[in-house]
Amino acid sequence: MSEPTTSRRAQLKPPVTDIGVIGWFHKNLFNTWYNSLLTIITLALLAALLPPLIKWAFIDSVWYGPAAACHDVDGACWSVIPHNIRFIIFGFFPEGQAWRPALAMFLLLSLVVYSRKRERWRSSLGWLWLISLTVMGILMYGGIFGMPVVETAQWSGLPLTLMLSFFGMVAAYPLGIMLALGRRSRMPAIKSLCIVYIEMIRGVPLISLLFMSSIMFPLFLPEGITINKVLRAQIAIILFTAAYIAEVVRGGLQAMPRGQYEAAESLGLTFNQTMRLIILPQALKIVIPPTVGILLSAFKDTSLVVIIALYDVLKTTKVTLSNPKWTGCSTEAYIFLALLYFAFCYAMSSYSRRLEKELDTSY
Amino acid sequence: MDKPTASLSSLPSPAPPFWRDAGKRALVFQVLALATVGGLGYYLFSNTQANLARQSIATGFDFLKKEASFEISESLIPYSAADTYARALLVGVLNTLKVSFIGIVLTTILGTIIGIARLSSNWLVSRLARSFIELMQNIPVLLQLFFWYAIFYEAFPAPRQALNPIKGLFLCNRGLIFAVPEGHPAYSAMAWVLVAVLICGWLLNRWGHRRQELTGKSFPAFRVTLFAALLLPFLTWFFYGAPTAMNMPVLRGFNFRGGLSVSPEFSALLLGLVLYTSAFVAEIVRAGIQSIGRGQIEAAMALGLRPGQVLQLVILPQSLRVIIPPLTSQMLNLTKNSSLAVAIGYTDFVAVTNTTINQTGQAIEGVAMIMVVYLAISLSTSLFMNWYNKRMALVER
Repeated sequence: MSEPTTSRRAQLKPPVTDIGVIGWFHKNLFNTWYNSLLTIITLALLAALLPPLIKWAFIDSVWYGPAAACHDVDGACWSVIPHNIRFIIFGFFPEGQAWRPALAMFLLLSLVVYSRKRERWRSSLGWLWLISLTVMGILMYGGIFGMPVVETAQWSGLPLTLMLSFFGMVAAYPLGIMLALGRRSRMPAIKSLCIVYIEMIRGVPLISLLFMSSIMFPLFLPEGITINKVLRAQIAIILFTAAYIAEVVRGGLQAMPRGQYEAAESLGLTFNQTMRLIILPQALKIVIPPTVGILLSAFKDTSLVVIIALYDVLKTTKVTLSNPKWTGCSTEAYIFLALLYFAFCYAMSSYSRRLEKELDTSY
Repeated sequence: MDKPTASLSSLPSPAPPFWRDAGKRALVFQVLALATVGGLGYYLFSNTQANLARQSIATGFDFLKKEASFEISESLIPYSAADTYARALLVGVLNTLKVSFIGIVLTTILGTIIGIARLSSNWLVSRLARSFIELMQNIPVLLQLFFWYAIFYEAFPAPRQALNPIKGLFLCNRGLIFAVPEGHPAYSAMAWVLVAVLICGWLLNRWGHRRQELTGKSFPAFRVTLFAALLLPFLTWFFYGAPTAMNMPVLRGFNFRGGLSVSPEFSALLLGLVLYTSAFVAEIVRAGIQSIGRGQIEAAMALGLRPGQVLQLVILPQSLRVIIPPLTSQMLNLTKNSSLAVAIGYTDFVAVTNTTINQTGQAIEGVAMIMVVYLAISLSTSLFMNWYNKRMALVER
C-alpha cells in the first residue's frame, strides 16, 4: 500500500527556492520582509563605501615610490612602510645589528608555535624555553661572541613590544593565582591585603601606574640606586595584569563545588596538594576564555608605554611619521600597525578557542 | 585488640608543635605578611623623605592654590590661565566625566545594536557585526585613537574647504561644526515639560502596577507616557510660536563662527573609545540574550503574551541579570581608557595633572590625585551598579 507513495515522494524534488544558491539566499538573506529590507540597505551601504575605499587603497595608491611620489596621488601612500620598515620594527637597535633582535623574535615566535601542541608540554620543553630565553637575552644584550653590547635603552620597536607583553603575561599569571588564593584565604590579614591590592589596581588606569613607575618610582629608591626605565615599565605592567588575572581566577575558584575541597581534605591532602592536584587544574580550565581576554588586553596595553616615552612599535611608527617627508601618511602607517596587532591577537584568541575545546571533558 | 586503643587514649595528648597547629601557623603567616608589607612601606617612605629633602622638593598640596598659568582648550566651566591649579584640575575632572558619560551612553546603544545584529538571522548583517567585533577587539585602543586623530588632522580639509555632507554640518581639521537651534524660551519650557511628563509617567507606572495587583487589569503606562512625551513638548513648542531659527556656522576668516563645534581631540577620543568598547559590549549583550533558554520564550508565547510583552516581561529581566555585571566593568574600562586622552591632546584629568606635575615637580601628589580620582569614580560606579544589580537579581527562596 505504502510502496507507491514512498517512491513518488522520493521522485519529488524540493522546491527550487529551498536548495542551491537561490535557496541559500532565500533562507539567509530574504526570509522575511524586514530581513530583505535590511539586506538591501546593507548592500547599498557597502556599495557606497567599498569602491572609494578600494580605489584609495589599491588602485590610486603608491606602493614603493619615494616620498615625493605620494604628493601627486589621491590614493594611499603605502611606500611609507617599506621605506621605514627597519626603524619601525627594530627602532634604535644599532645599524648592522638588526639580525640579532630579528633572530631573537624568530626564536620566540617559533618556540610559541612549537609549544602550542599539548602533547609537547613536558619538562624538556621547560628546559628548552629556559635555554632559548637565555640565548635571546644574549642576542639582545650582546657582549660575548664579538657582539657589541646594546644597552636596554636602545631596545625598541617590535622586540620591545613582544618582550613587555611576553614577560608581562608570564610573570603576571602565577602572581595573579597567588593573589586569588590570598583573597579566598581564611587568614583575615592576608585576605584584606589582597583585597586592597586587587581593588586598588583595578580601580585606576594603567597610565597612572606607568606614571608612577616613570616619575614617582625613582624617588622611592635610596640614593645612587637606579632601575632602568624598561624594567620599571615591565614591573608596572606585571603588577597591573596580575590584579585582573586574580579576579578571573577567583571566579574559577568560586565555581568549584565544596565537595571537591572536602573530598581532597578527607583524602588527607595538604593545602598545597589540594590546590595543585585538585582545585587549580579544574578552576584554571574553566576560566580559559576570560584569562585569554585579560592576556590579550595586556598585549594591547603594552602600547601605552608610548605615553612614558618608551620606544615600542607604536612609538617608532610615530617617530617615523614626525619626519616631515612622511607626514600625511599616518593613516597608512597606522593601518599597517593595526594589521600587525590584529594578526597577533587573532592568533592568540583562536588558539584559546582550540585549547578550550581540547580541554573540554564534559560529555 | 582493645588494649593499644585504651593505652593510646589514656596517654596525655601532647600539644602539637606550633608549626603543625593550623591556628598558630596562620597567625605567624599573617604577622610575617604584615611585617613585610609594613617594613617595605616604611623603607620606601624613608627613602622618599630623604630624596625629597635632598632635592628640596616641598611636599603637600599647597601648590593647588598657586596660579596655574596654562591654558586649557576645552572647559565646561569658566577658566583662564590666571586661575589656580585646583580649578585647572577641576576642569580636567569635568572633561573626563564629560567624555566618559557621553561615551558610556553611545557605547551602550551601539553595543546593543551590534550585539543584536550579531544574532540576526540575516547572514550578511551577522557577518558584518562579527567582523566589526573581531576587528575592534583586536586592535589596541591607543592605536585606534591615533588613527582617528590622524584622520581628523590629515584626511579632513582646512575650514575653507570643509566637507559639508548635509546642510548645517561641517567636517574639517578643526573638528565637527554643526548648527544648533537659536536660543529661545521655548526650548527650556520643552525640557521642563518633558521632565514633568517623565515624573508623571513613573507615578502612572506605579499606579498601574498596584491596580494590576488589586484588580488584575493591566494599564499601558509605557505607551501612554511615550505618547505624552512625544506630543506635549511638541505642543509646548507650537504654543511658544514654533521658533525655527537656527544658529548656523559661517566661515569667517580661517575658522567657523556660530553653531556648536566639537574639537578633533574630543571627537577622536570619543570615536575611538566608543567603537572599541562597543565591540566588547556587543559580545556581552549577545551572551546575555543567548543565555535565555528557548523554552522560556516558547512558554511565554504559549501563555499568550505579545512579542513586546515577551521581551519586556520574560527576556529582558533575565538577560539583564547576566548582562549588568560585565557591562559595569566595560563602563569602568571606558572611563579608565579615557585617560589615554593625554596621548592625543584632549585635556582630561590625567593630561591636566601631567602638565601640573611638569610645572611644579609634585610627582607624588599628582600621581596620588590621579589614583584617588579614578578610584572614586570606579568605586561609586561599582556601588551604584551593585545596588542596581541587587534590585534586578533573582529573588530566591
